[in-house]
Amino acid sequence: MAQKAIREYDAKTILAKHWDKYFPDFTYAYETIMVQNGAELKSAAAEKTWLANKPLVAKPDMLFGKRGKNGLVLFKDNKPGDVSLDKAASWIDEKSSTKQNVYFSFDGDTPTGEPKTDYLTHFIVEPFTPHEQAEEYYISATCVGDDDVLYMSAEGGMEVEENWDKVTEVTFAITETEEEIEAKIRANIPKDVAEKDKEGFAKFAIGFFKAYRELNFAYLEINPFVMQGNKIELLDMVAKLDDTAGFMMTEQWGDIEYPTSFGMEEKSPEVMAIEEADSKSGASLKLTVLKPDARIWTMVAGGGASVVYADTIADLAGIEDLANYGEYSGGPTTGETQFYAETLLDLMTRSKDPKGREKVLIIGGAIANFTDVAKTFTGIILAFEKYAEKMKDVGVKIYVRRGGPNYEKGLKDIKEAADRLGLWIDVYGPETHVTDIVRMAVEG
Amino acid sequence: MAQLFTKDTQAIFWNNNTSAIQRMLDYDFVIGRKTPSVAAIVAPTGDSKFQKFFWGGDEIMVPLFKNTAEAKKAFPNADVLLNFASFRTAYDVTMEALNLGGFKTIMITAEGIPERLARGMNAKARNLGVTVIGPATVGAIAPGAFKIANIGGTIENIINSKLHRAGSCGLVTRSGGLFNELSNIIAINADGIAEGVAIGGDRFVGSVFIDNLLRMQDNPEVKYMLLLGEVGGTEEYKVIDAIKEGKITKPIIAWCIGTIAKHYSSGVQFGHAGASANAERETADAKNKAMSDAGIYVPSSFNDLPNKIAEVYGKLKAEGVITEITEPAINAIPSVRKSKNFICTISDDRGDEATYAGFPISSVATPDTGKGIGDVISLLWFKKQYPKWATQFIETVIKTVADHGPAVSGAHNAKVTARAGKSVVESLVTGLLTIGPRFGGAIDGAAEHFKYAHDNNLSPAEFLNHMKKLGIPIPGIGHRIKSLRNPDLRVVGLKKYAAEHFPSTPLLDYALTVEQLTTSKKDNLILNVDGTIGILMVDMWRALGYSEEEINEFISSGTLNAFFIAGRTIGFIGHVLDEKRLAMPMYRHPMDDILYQVDMAEEI
Repeated sequence: MAQKAIREYDAKTILAKHWDKYFPDFTYAYETIMVQNGAELKSAAAEKTWLANKPLVAKPDMLFGKRGKNGLVLFKDNKPGDVSLDKAASWIDEKSSTKQNVYFSFDGDTPTGEPKTDYLTHFIVEPFTPHEQAEEYYISATCVGDDDVLYMSAEGGMEVEENWDKVTEVTFAITETEEEIEAKIRANIPKDVAEKDKEGFAKFAIGFFKAYRELNFAYLEINPFVMQGNKIELLDMVAKLDDTAGFMMTEQWGDIEYPTSFGMEEKSPEVMAIEEADSKSGASLKLTVLKPDARIWTMVAGGGASVVYADTIADLAGIEDLANYGEYSGGPTTGETQFYAETLLDLMTRSKDPKGREKVLIIGGAIANFTDVAKTFTGIILAFEKYAEKMKDVGVKIYVRRGGPNYEKGLKDIKEAADRLGLWIDVYGPETHVTDIVRMAVEG
Repeated sequence: MAQLFTKDTQAIFWNNNTSAIQRMLDYDFVIGRKTPSVAAIVAPTGDSKFQKFFWGGDEIMVPLFKNTAEAKKAFPNADVLLNFASFRTAYDVTMEALNLGGFKTIMITAEGIPERLARGMNAKARNLGVTVIGPATVGAIAPGAFKIANIGGTIENIINSKLHRAGSCGLVTRSGGLFNELSNIIAINADGIAEGVAIGGDRFVGSVFIDNLLRMQDNPEVKYMLLLGEVGGTEEYKVIDAIKEGKITKPIIAWCIGTIAKHYSSGVQFGHAGASANAERETADAKNKAMSDAGIYVPSSFNDLPNKIAEVYGKLKAEGVITEITEPAINAIPSVRKSKNFICTISDDRGDEATYAGFPISSVATPDTGKGIGDVISLLWFKKQYPKWATQFIETVIKTVADHGPAVSGAHNAKVTARAGKSVVESLVTGLLTIGPRFGGAIDGAAEHFKYAHDNNLSPAEFLNHMKKLGIPIPGIGHRIKSLRNPDLRVVGLKKYAAEHFPSTPLLDYALTVEQLTTSKKDNLILNVDGTIGILMVDMWRALGYSEEEINEFISSGTLNAFFIAGRTIGFIGHVLDEKRLAMPMYRHPMDDILYQVDMAEEI
């Protein structure tokens, strides 16, 4: 997955770091801080004096929007612009002490759909910036199809989804030159931008779009930004990075974190361990735990095959039976495969099926191009040896289907090992349709 | 352009991925290709000049180059680049190839090239009319003609899946693993594929479904197509549009995987980076329905796909669109293959008569063949047939350097050894071992330094200055007694020959301007015989069309000295035989010719 959401605080930090390069005609105070509790905020005031000297705004910084409508933006105590450091600190502690409901869609101000419930753990705090509504603008950029699109509006702070007619959309082919881009932006500045701000808006938009491109953002939105002469305030930001560019952006991005979105289960230690192993390997190891108590576990080789297995399990058994999704591919070593298999076996043998049925382990895969099947299966066999007793305790039926280099040996080895260990196993090669073992497993 | 690859297609393979290349060459051998599908390998960090591979039970050498430009220059007809660079360098490698030109297809295997770079790269290729396969792909195959790297898997699987000869299906998938699986399914339920492409798993890939399907529409070998799409993106709708516009008329079977994604609101990435539905119409279900509505054959599930293939194939066969394929003969690869420890590229004694670079010895040996020792040297040393003026120059050199009297150190050593009662060969090598930087080495040195000066446009004065800085006297300049007024007649002869027979002598002309300057300082600082030989050899190679790099390599590998060694061997043997004839006793150097100064060793 190449596009990853980052926190508002990190987005602002990246822009601030490169401010003079992209926005030489403007100033940005970069008065912003991210904290996890009130005490942390108070202790930061020693260094960041504005925290004590200015009225503050505080809001969660956890990748979700519509914070105002969810009642999660603190900008007033008694009246707008009177939030003190103490007030912000106590509000943060209050909001983080219990789980909060967050709605993602609203009809007017009425929430619709199901909320997600979770703890708030990260907050961004900034000075309250008094300004006129007319000084608020909207700008964002992303990639649509093969092109980049820049969205600009004279109306900042609005619900963009509901006000598309007020947004000017400019599309750029990847091949357009710096000069062409600049001319096109200048020619498309929204009509409603105040006459005195037109030149400034154009300069800002050009710099913004350049930063979006050169800093490898996948999505970048400021809604709104406030323009007061050459002074800019970034009131609210949303950003995603193209993390495949990470290797060439280490300097530009700094130490960046990709948080899990609000309400999603925190990544388990197992999933994080697989991610860690994946990042160090030339092969690909991916794991998502969907329902840890479910009955059917998959250990599938290959990105495409893993989807086909998941599809078929959903079709034939129903998604409530599917415990995980993941894949290993690209010629992992025996050790890497063993680690991956042990992680799965550990997860699937923690509890018995609540309905008393046997669990199912699908060791599936298409006909490999170059992965040595016997070698990867050796890793799986080593994991079997370690978990055989636990597997027998919860009751596991193993269905194997695989083809590719050395598959005959791989299938023979895994069958012999399972028999030796007293595990239930059925083994198939390329003569059997790739997903047919799912049918067999479901029919039992 | 209707066919992606033919049986003559050759590739340059970027990265010396020996197992993938061996798979390609095994495939070539099995299907009976005349030429290897990999013409050259780019190995930026390697030092070797070639890599050995099996060709059936035999072995062949595939040349290695440091960069794509050199490989392309050596193999201008290789119009496919197989870019196996990592995600850090794959972009640069592709861009370099696009700028070089001459590539019709570029395949990129790396997964996770930064998206903005991938988009720029794909757009540039598209503008240049270059087909990009990938990034993040296992490649493509034209069964019976050309296969990229590991696609299709092992040879056994390739034959089981009928990928060794053209069938009638055009196959396009995103996934590489499922590509193999589908080839197998198509082989079981139909007659195999005519052309197949795994377009790659990254979000931005070069050629997309529609590009490949439109090409297959024009390929007469393709009778129907199979498209395996994925949740996310709208590429399948372009195919639907093309059908509606009548651009695609051949039957298509299609299925989008990832129907499960609808059950999970967000956060789970099913499949490739390109697979993520941002809208209802990007879901697998919506696309499967839309394709079915457009008249595409869509099965009820992936599990049902084999039946759908059998159905469409059966229909086309009944209609006579598809005819029975005669299974071609295939070459079997020996199960045991042994890599050779030695390689010979100059002569061959396996046939009726041994050959020198392909020429039977009898065809160059006797006088009636018109060939001389210069021809033999050109065949055995350079694997080329040099023209007469060059072979005669070589002979002139050999003759000129054959001997220089008994007093020079090499001849002296040979004589002393012979007088110690040693054999011809022992005495000869003692003499030969003397040849080096001080004795005979001036030929190498003159060629090297004069060529350097000439290549870098140094004026004679600058050249002298340069050599002064290096702290070496100019090799090839200076003679014990000869001068401009009293010239060395060997040099005169060589110069005259060159003037009459060489097409041009730029380095000699330059050396003579240097000589003017050196002799103005001191009379005997003339261009001597070693210098003249070294310099004229460079001029000879230049006139024969060798590149400067090749000539530099001759110099650095000691080829010039080899002429001296070959020639002087004649003289040394003469001196040794002379000693044998004279039966002179063991030689002892007179003590009064030695300055003795031996101090008592100090204790330390």
